[in-house]
Amino acid sequence: MPPDAVVSRDLLALQRAAYASARTEKPWVRRTLIGLALTFVALLVLAPLAIVFLFAFEKGRDVYFAALTDPVAWSAIRLTLFTAAVCVPINTAFGVAAAWAITKFDFRGKSLLITLIDLPFAVSPVIAGLIFVLLFGLQGWLGPWLVEHGVKVIFAPAGIVLATMFVTFPFVARELVPLMQAQGAEEEQAAMMLGASGWKTFWRVTLPNVKWGLLYGVILCNARAMGEFGAVSVVSGHVRGLTNTMTLHVEILYNEYDTAGAFAVASLLTLLALVTLVLKSLIESRHLKPLKAKLAREARGDDA
Amino acid sequence: MKISVRNVTKTFGNYRALDDVSLEVPDGELVALLGPSGSGKTTLLRIIAGLELPEHGNVFFDDDDAARRKPGERRVGFVFQHYALFRHMSVFENVAFGLRVRPRSTRPAEPEIRRRVHDLLGMVQLDGFAERFPSQLSGGQRQRVALARALAVEPRVLLLDEPFGALDAKVREELRQWLRRLHDEIGVTSLFVTHDQEEALDVADRVVVMDHGKIEQVGSPEEVFHSPANEFVLGFLGQVNRLEVRALRGEPMFAPRPYPDLGATAPQARIFARPHQVGLAKTQPDGPAFPAKVVRVHAAGPIVRVELASEFGEIRAEISHDRLRELELRDGVRVWVGLLEYRVYPHDGAAERLG
Repeated sequence: MPPDAVVSRDLLALQRAAYASARTEKPWVRRTLIGLALTFVALLVLAPLAIVFLFAFEKGRDVYFAALTDPVAWSAIRLTLFTAAVCVPINTAFGVAAAWAITKFDFRGKSLLITLIDLPFAVSPVIAGLIFVLLFGLQGWLGPWLVEHGVKVIFAPAGIVLATMFVTFPFVARELVPLMQAQGAEEEQAAMMLGASGWKTFWRVTLPNVKWGLLYGVILCNARAMGEFGAVSVVSGHVRGLTNTMTLHVEILYNEYDTAGAFAVASLLTLLALVTLVLKSLIESRHLKPLKAKLAREARGDDA
Repeated sequence: MKISVRNVTKTFGNYRALDDVSLEVPDGELVALLGPSGSGKTTLLRIIAGLELPEHGNVFFDDDDAARRKPGERRVGFVFQHYALFRHMSVFENVAFGLRVRPRSTRPAEPEIRRRVHDLLGMVQLDGFAERFPSQLSGGQRQRVALARALAVEPRVLLLDEPFGALDAKVREELRQWLRRLHDEIGVTSLFVTHDQEEALDVADRVVVMDHGKIEQVGSPEEVFHSPANEFVLGFLGQVNRLEVRALRGEPMFAPRPYPDLGATAPQARIFARPHQVGLAKTQPDGPAFPAKVVRVHAAGPIVRVELASEFGEIRAEISHDRLRELELRDGVRVWVGLLEYRVYPHDGAAERLG
């Protein structure tokens, strides 16, 4: 048995002992704490979730499906899907390229790039939207030039895509950079020594090593792209049937006291969130399984 | 394939990792780059591989300037210190990688790849492990997979970075004997980096001793051990006693001095003797000798190690068990220390072999 296996087995034993000694509270204390936590989860998470579906079906199935098949609603759904379909691939490509550059090479301005990638997280989405209005709006820097050339960005799908892209910019890169940093560049160097081109190295070595992290980042990016409200609201102009996304459509319906319609569209977004969560936990378990298996092997002491 | 390194210089920021280094590695030899950490040995290896670029100087494979070739085109097998196996590929796919990434025109057919990978796995004694993943192997097994992977592309030169550094002592010793036999079998010019002098002396045909980005000495294990070029090489290749003493014509002036009037004015010198070159005696022997007191006797092992205290500081000696019985050494006993063989380094640093 290698010495590190012995150490990790001892560590596990210590951990178990620590947990055991930590479990010395009286049963009623334990039950109260668990009960309290569950109550909060029920009140703050489960209840709203249930209410979305409750209100959506409040006036029956027909109203629900009518709200979804309404041409205006349908156009909002299409715009949201279109926005995600453009933003997610572009940001995925960018995220992979940025993570690759940051983790495998040394260059000037690397820390600046890392900071810039985080910028959309730090800036409020409303301000992000405003930036685009100030840039591309009629009174903005590039506005007059754009009008001359007949390009419409603000109050048009192009602006919505741009704003969404800005907000979802960091997700993939943020997921990949720590993962690739931990893996280092040695496998790539080994591939290079074996005669693999940069392209082959990327497809055969780098990408397979980060595929679960990448998928995780893509799913988060997609969830945010479909769910974004603030930035999109500023640049959209709320033109029904043209520049309304699902989130904006929900707001309009709600403001017009069409509660059932608002919640019907909201329930679609909620379903998307649930699917995202399920996928995320599936990926996490795939992600962590090799690690757990390794720990278990070491605990048994047969990693030699 | 012969490797020639000519006047290579490399700096990292303000740190000079290699300072005008030149080295010839003859075809078919197994050569050790030996030095403490920070001596530049790994940098030199990576420059030969093409993983680092030198600021000045060239690397030649035979008469072929390597600068014109990318790392993958140099046909150099490189074994990384931490193996760098592809963690998502089986052992088989790891070894096959170098063949599979070839352009279609030079890529062997699938049955040929299978045959070659299985031959290599047989050679590194991992026949039954083809379907395992790197995380399911021990350190020694991973190291052998890394070696098979490097050999799969039929390299003209094999470079190994601290190949046994991450293994425990027993596996390390087995693996280095095995590497020696493998090298004798395939005969490919090989260069390995190590900080372990025992490993270098044990395995290599030729040892290159490095320090502070410079090569201090190149020679056979016997040469570097018995005729070290300077103080650094002497000190790095095993234990040595160092005595500050006045010396005349290369002869140390221990008290009682044979030339009492000259002793005080004789130039200061440093005398070096390895523990096995130190003799112990009950009475004053002929030749240079001085008294000392036994501090400790370590008798466990094939030789006896004796620690002594003298006016020149702590002295270590190695004697046989027979000699120990003759001398009846115990802690606190006073004995005479004679130098059977020693080296004097005057202040210009060059070696003088004496005794």
